[in-house]
Amino acid sequence: MQKTLNIIPEKCTGCAQCEIACSIEHVGMFSPSKSRIKVFKFPDEGRFVAYTCTQCSEAWCQRACPTGAISANAETGAKEVCEPTCVGCKVCTIACPFGTINYVSERGKVTKCDLCGGDPACVKACPTGAITFIDADATGYDRMKAWAAQTGGGAQPEA
Amino acid sequence: MAWARKLLRVNLTEGTCTSEPLNMEWAFQYLGSRGLASKYLVEEIDPRVDPMSPENKLIMSTGPLTGTAASTSGRYTVTTKGELTGAIACSNSGGFFGCEMKNAGWDMIIFEGKSPKPVYLFLQNDKPELIDAADYWGKSVWDTEEGIKAKHQDPQIRVASIGLPGEHGVKFACIVNDLDRAAGRSGVGAVMGSKNLKAVAIRGNKGIKIDNYEGFMETVRVGKAILAENPVTGAGLPTYGTQVLMNVINEIGALPTRNHRDSQFEGASNISGEAMHEVRADGTKNLVNNAACFGCTIACQRVSKIERSHFTVKDRPEYQVASGGLEYENAWALGANTGVNDLEAITFASFVCNEQGLDPISLGATISAAMEMFEEGVITTKDTNGIELKFGNAEGLVQMVEATIKGEGFGKEIGLGSRRLCEKYGRPEFHMGVKSQEFPAYDSRGIQGMGLSYATSNRGACHLRSYTVASEVLGIPEKTDPLETDGKAGLVKIFQDATASVDSSGLCIFTTFAWTLEDIASQVNAACEGEWTADSMLEVGERIWNMERQFNLDAGFTGKDDTLPARLLKDAAKTGPAKGRVNELGKMLPEYYELRGWDANGVPAGDTLKRLNL
Repeated sequence: MQKTLNIIPEKCTGCAQCEIACSIEHVGMFSPSKSRIKVFKFPDEGRFVAYTCTQCSEAWCQRACPTGAISANAETGAKEVCEPTCVGCKVCTIACPFGTINYVSERGKVTKCDLCGGDPACVKACPTGAITFIDADATGYDRMKAWAAQTGGGAQPEA
Repeated sequence: MAWARKLLRVNLTEGTCTSEPLNMEWAFQYLGSRGLASKYLVEEIDPRVDPMSPENKLIMSTGPLTGTAASTSGRYTVTTKGELTGAIACSNSGGFFGCEMKNAGWDMIIFEGKSPKPVYLFLQNDKPELIDAADYWGKSVWDTEEGIKAKHQDPQIRVASIGLPGEHGVKFACIVNDLDRAAGRSGVGAVMGSKNLKAVAIRGNKGIKIDNYEGFMETVRVGKAILAENPVTGAGLPTYGTQVLMNVINEIGALPTRNHRDSQFEGASNISGEAMHEVRADGTKNLVNNAACFGCTIACQRVSKIERSHFTVKDRPEYQVASGGLEYENAWALGANTGVNDLEAITFASFVCNEQGLDPISLGATISAAMEMFEEGVITTKDTNGIELKFGNAEGLVQMVEATIKGEGFGKEIGLGSRRLCEKYGRPEFHMGVKSQEFPAYDSRGIQGMGLSYATSNRGACHLRSYTVASEVLGIPEKTDPLETDGKAGLVKIFQDATASVDSSGLCIFTTFAWTLEDIASQVNAACEGEWTADSMLEVGERIWNMERQFNLDAGFTGKDDTLPARLLKDAAKTGPAKGRVNELGKMLPEYYELRGWDANGVPAGDTLKRLNL
């Protein structure tokens, strides 16, 4: 069973614990700017949204890569960058409609979320449950349940 | 290496920026942030210097845990000689600015001298640059932050800046970062303005490394779990913010009202955290969301929207969007203390304090003092340009706040702060504060320990030097009777020392609702070289406290300044559980001096200083 990151913006406080955890996991330091998950702030609405790669089944970044540096991890479903093969041409960063694969000038390579090999650090660090790691085939179930409650699952009005 | 081990010295007179190694001998004695910056300040300036002169310095500093994964690691501190108080000033702020400074590779930035023209510092990792700020001088904090990000085409830049009050030398101007986080008290923004320094803009992506990564992360994990499970940090603060206190403090009769004439406010529930959750006439709520500073798993910050039809914003759509909402102190100072029970008006006043960099505590308290003088006939509408400055007048409050920001009319007088204002009009007894700094939101007649906390605070009246409310009201770490004076001297001392050490670590003092000093020491110990325990942290705190005290004595303060206004010492509280009580400072102060190892005049004895290696 494959799992996927499920992000609920309503629960996000903008604390950046996910960014801190991602940077420790991947570059061994506390460095939000090196994180592959990003928290965006919308101050006029008072909202925070964490965002990262959704791991497309047919990934634009993978198709665009001229050196075959991006491959699918069969177990986790993550699209992973093979750094030795990546030449830093950045075509994938243009191809990705979501902007979730980015260039790292220090290393001359691109970087993206790899689901930490199946145990995402951001999920464990999130203090509010805004980021969870759930059955990839059931990401709509929470919302489905909420609608179900409205259509008869909740307390019935007395006759 | 939790410290970056490097500081940036910016000489604004010469326009030079130089890198220096951090004095690690001092780092082991003062930890970082508040303590270490104060050590540099004390070593480098004459305590008698005019705060607004080029000879004063202003230091922005981080702690060893700033920017790490530890919960609440976003803090940074501004240390200088305060314009409001003339005492050592050290104001600490959250947001994301401190983390960015650390990620750029710096523990500290020391600003000295005075720039011949307005400038801002733009610091990208190792590359500091002083840039002409003509485009931003005269602009608000919000416009400055937006302008600098746009100019450098980098929305990830973090900015700390001053607004008009800081430029004009308003005595309680503050420095605001990340739009609504402030180094708030003692007039640090006025000092920044006196140096012609409009803003500090930082972009850092070097990252922070820690040697004992696994050990540290385990202490972090344990710490986060404690915060999550604690009812205050895990539920009360995220849900209601510090505003959880409004009704609680009112009920115990310690909510200063109408310039401390009363200690209970009949309109408290209208301006409380609960009220922010209530659905308004238009179907919306004041509270939009809660929010966190960098790394914080508590998330006490409020985000609010003012009701669109409210008089403060109905013709001003730019203020109809969400912004940093009311904290307890803002709501109290601009609300209960001015007798105003209009939640939306207070929210607006707080918005513009953030927008322009004004300390809402001192602002609200000074307007309260002016309101009392207005009601006493000392000042009239002739003085106030027609503003009816009566207690409870929301329109008058908002007009006065805006006049203070612009430095127009009577607003100029408000900008003096309450001590100078009341003296100017011949009624010094209406100044409610200590060492020229206005009281925060706790009436010390109803919480005795806070009277001693205020009287002995090194930065003037302040709740954040020794928050004995935790013990006296909330029962943390154990309950003491708020009306009792016995044992309060010891309580204040240990709170002062512990707080000084927590402030120096780079963490937020709000964690101590849940964390013991052991919980904090274990994180510091895992991150830093050296042996750090609760005891060694307390010793660091005591050393900092005595150093700050010595600075103030050298600046001209004496034990006689460790006092409270007559209103609190002589006029009994009129209602509530503290009815009939005054603050009995005289019963606590001598014991406090003795416990501190100070003489009867409040001067640290030679062997005390020697014991603390001062």
